[in-house]
Amino acid sequence: MKENVIIELKNVSVSYGDNQVLKDLNLYIRDKEFITLLGPSGCGKTTTLRIIAGFINPDEGEVIFEGKKINNLPPHKRQVNTIFQRYALFPHLNVYENVAFGLRVRKLPEKEIKETVEEMLTLVNLKGFNKRNINSLSGGQQQRVAIARALAVKPRVLLLDEPLGALDLKLRKDMQVELKNIQQRLGITFIYVTHDQEEALSMSDTVVVMDGGIIQQIGTPIDIYNEPKNAFVADFIGESNILDGIMLKDLYVQFSGQKFVCLDKGFAVNEQVDVVVRPEDVDVVEPEKGMLKGTVSSVTFKGVHFEIIVDIGGFKWMIQTTDYHPEGALIGLYIEPDAIHIMKKSEYSGLFGDYSSFSEEFDELSNPEEEEDDE
Amino acid sequence: MMNNRALTRARFIASPYIIWAALFIIAPLIFVIYYSFTNASGAFTLDNIRMLSKYLPTFLRSIWFGIAATLICLLLAFPVAYIISQKSDVIQRTMVLLVMLPMWMSFLIRTYSWMAILQDTGIINSFLTKLGIDPVHMINTGPAVILGMVYNFLPYMILPIYSVMAKLDTSMTEACQDLGGNRLTVIRRCIIPMSMPGVVSGITMVFVPSVSTFYISQKLGGGSFDLIGDVIERQFQQSYNYNLGASLSLVLMILILISMAFMNKFSSGEGEMVI
Repeated sequence: MKENVIIELKNVSVSYGDNQVLKDLNLYIRDKEFITLLGPSGCGKTTTLRIIAGFINPDEGEVIFEGKKINNLPPHKRQVNTIFQRYALFPHLNVYENVAFGLRVRKLPEKEIKETVEEMLTLVNLKGFNKRNINSLSGGQQQRVAIARALAVKPRVLLLDEPLGALDLKLRKDMQVELKNIQQRLGITFIYVTHDQEEALSMSDTVVVMDGGIIQQIGTPIDIYNEPKNAFVADFIGESNILDGIMLKDLYVQFSGQKFVCLDKGFAVNEQVDVVVRPEDVDVVEPEKGMLKGTVSSVTFKGVHFEIIVDIGGFKWMIQTTDYHPEGALIGLYIEPDAIHIMKKSEYSGLFGDYSSFSEEFDELSNPEEEEDDE
Repeated sequence: MMNNRALTRARFIASPYIIWAALFIIAPLIFVIYYSFTNASGAFTLDNIRMLSKYLPTFLRSIWFGIAATLICLLLAFPVAYIISQKSDVIQRTMVLLVMLPMWMSFLIRTYSWMAILQDTGIINSFLTKLGIDPVHMINTGPAVILGMVYNFLPYMILPIYSVMAKLDTSMTEACQDLGGNRLTVIRRCIIPMSMPGVVSGITMVFVPSVSTFYISQKLGGGSFDLIGDVIERQFQQSYNYNLGASLSLVLMILILISMAFMNKFSSGEGEMVI
């Protein structure tokens, strides 16, 4: 299992004064994988990245690079490079000199520097930008220079701290594809920090969901989405209806006053559980054919589908459907066994999952685009 | 587009500054130019300008002393500014306050104090005598004058450099380390080039008053190191030759403008000036 591990964090803890930012964190990262640290701001993801880069020395625990402890190795001696949140390009140097910076520090011959810089600028599609001033570049171009500059020194691991946060949506999507391509072409490890779950799901081999300085779940994007470990992960990744339920016995669960067949087992008889039903997994049917019945309390057109909020016994469900159902209509819901996911109760139970207070603005507020304030 | 009322309002608000500028900047300048090209009876003449060649050595000495004081200030101020900028916020504020503290005292008093320190029977020499070391003659020498300038103008070098350094994004230095730079490389390739706007401001703010200073050389140079500022002062205070004084001032002003233009050209592309 632990083959190919390039970086390992063992029992790492960090506090700033009374504020414990990382609590006994354990994580290993395999060579050549694209791993994403995902979580809301203040969850400790940037701190984790800075520990790997060497800018923060953990209070406790070990940082291991290829089997060697590197806690006391300064950043300039580590084989990792960082793409900073706001790129941190040198304003006094032009594009060429920015990319050449790491090579000049290494005192490589001029011919080699020139070759590498040209190669990197071609890689990031900035051929011919050599003499351009950094401040005359657009955000996307600056981003590319930052990538070229970090890759020019041939790191084993590239650390990316919310690199696409400052770009607009369209550009961000393009850069996601491009970054993934670069990672696969060069075959180096990417450790990517973001609060954008969509970004994490679409790019990563492995997603690490963090909250409150603790890793909540590690897994492939599909695992994380389909089998969230607790209410926090279910709520943070995608939309979820999270209900209180009782596991009657293996494969049978009761929630919203009804019994359902599900695919989960291994719980105690009559154990209290959290039940997750994704909005897109619910079928809307005639009221009399439904397993659950409720009235539509709001409808929002989202382009691909309608997002409707349905009131079922006081609990507001979110359902995504391609058919229009007017506000006030009585509808039935049909839920397949494989649409139901059962989770153990956790400290997050009851905090998430009801859409009664849901509004677009609220959603924006809970996903701030700002940088982490956990330094 | 500003409507008429807003325009009137803006003019009204700006008027004190415009009057101030006209009264205390433009008008004196016109007087300086007028006096430069007239004689005592008010007739046009170029005699004052011709007289200037006599003061060439004084001009050269002023420039030479100014350059020396500026360079020494720069060498002292850069490390000080860097050290301050690396400290915590509270210590930074305290240290900046300490740098500015001497400026709260009169310039004359500070210069007099240096006389007391440097004199042949002054503080340093009586201390040396007590230790059994022969006294060193310090007052009334060129270096004493330069020392006075450095002492008086050092804060004007520290503050602009510090204010640029304090604003440097720490992620820049981190990026430099990240790319393989050790501490020395970070300073050489990152801190120094990115502090240039502050350095340029500091050089201007020290060089201009150093070149035009008077009084320091009278007190610490004992009259044998006349600077152009002293000569100008004498024309107004003792000889009552306003015309020569004005023409000397005019030439000094042009010299300073040329050197500032040179500095600005040198620093073009480095971003805005700090002060």
